[in-house]
Amino acid sequence: MAVTGFLLVAFLYVHMIGNLKIFFGEETFDHYAHWLRSIGTPLLPEAWYLYIQRGVLTVAVIGHIVAAVILARRARLARPVKYAHRPKVQGSYAARTMRWGGVIVLLFVIYHILDLTTLTLNPHGVTGEVYRNVAEDFAPSRWYVTLFYTLSIVAVGFHLRHGLWSAVRTLGLQSPRGEIYARATALVLSVVLVVGYLSVPFAVLVGLVD
Amino acid sequence: MDIQVRVWRQSGPTDKGRMVTYDVKDISPDASFLEMLDVLNEKLILDGDDPIAFDHDCREGICGACSMVIDGTAHGPEKATTTCQLHMRHFKQGDTIDVEPWRAAAFPVIKDLVVDRTAFDTIIQAGGYITAPTGAAPEAHATPVPKKDADLAFEAATCIGCGACVAACPNGSAMLFTAAKVAHLGLMPQGQPERDTRVIDMLQAQDDAGFGGCTNMGECSQVCPKGIPLTLIGRLNSDYRKAIRKQV
Repeated sequence: MAVTGFLLVAFLYVHMIGNLKIFFGEETFDHYAHWLRSIGTPLLPEAWYLYIQRGVLTVAVIGHIVAAVILARRARLARPVKYAHRPKVQGSYAARTMRWGGVIVLLFVIYHILDLTTLTLNPHGVTGEVYRNVAEDFAPSRWYVTLFYTLSIVAVGFHLRHGLWSAVRTLGLQSPRGEIYARATALVLSVVLVVGYLSVPFAVLVGLVD
Repeated sequence: MDIQVRVWRQSGPTDKGRMVTYDVKDISPDASFLEMLDVLNEKLILDGDDPIAFDHDCREGICGACSMVIDGTAHGPEKATTTCQLHMRHFKQGDTIDVEPWRAAAFPVIKDLVVDRTAFDTIIQAGGYITAPTGAAPEAHATPVPKKDADLAFEAATCIGCGACVAACPNGSAMLFTAAKVAHLGLMPQGQPERDTRVIDMLQAQDDAGFGGCTNMGECSQVCPKGIPLTLIGRLNSDYRKAIRKQV
């Protein structure tokens, strides 16, 4: 859970930094997208790096889900008779929503790939015109896409707020005194990620990216 | 004060069990929760009914025998308090209080509110000890222990093994219990020779007993009558990681 989670967070950060290049204009952003295909050349053939990364990420996602299913199954087996009276769990909202939040994030990732990787669901949908694809995708008339995107990114933020800190603890990396730092770091990293990702659709919405 | 209690009644391990409502009248606000149940049981016996079975021993908050989930919270609404030290003044006149046993596959119900906590003994037997020759107590100054370590170890050692952590955990995990035992021995010089095998064997015994996996929700520490800190789970994971690395 922790190891695959860290891999996925690392990707999310790299992906976010790439997204922010949209603020440098159409040419820079499209050029960046093309560069992604040429990473590793000439050692690797064109786009190989991209497929290796996709492979690693897919394995990480599957591993993450398998671990989550095992934990959820064990939890169910560990308490066959439920409590008649059970108040809401006292832990944070983020901790409580890890499992269903994770499902929402997965559905979003599937939609996101169909939207902006395969371009199946994209209104512009021209390979290589990355800037235009994004700008048309989040156009004000398609407010429901922006809304779904926003909710999903916030769900990712909550998932990471508990997940990052929990992963540090699972791997036993933090000193007992580091508890408060680990919690604070997880919160800051989650907020930065949410703000970074949401800046793009909202920039489109207010016309900063057109 | 007059209250109502809804208590889990289960005549034996194979009975399906159900919540049964009882009226309890004229209870002193200074009575403990267990004394309230004593009064109810006396009435049940006089009426020819079966009294409610529940675990209790010292009634001083140090033995870890009492084990009830009161209104959905292990050991009731007061922080860092065992059921026996919980007083009726924390409830209101006319309240209906739900009382249930610990719910965990590893803690099967024997009768009513009594559960079988042998699974904890199994975890202890797997490594919750130090191998030392018996005999007269050794000279106290022979093995120096840094004050900081002694304090931390003592904090962990206050675990009374009541099982509230398991009862509260949404995953039914026993991680806080195992972590407390691993930390309390692992922090002392006497516990070093078996430090690695201890953490591996105790975790294995915990998983084998049918407890769930820890997802760091933190419910355990919230209900712990001794306030065992959640950070001990990080210490356990750290010990486990190092022990596994040495094995490879």
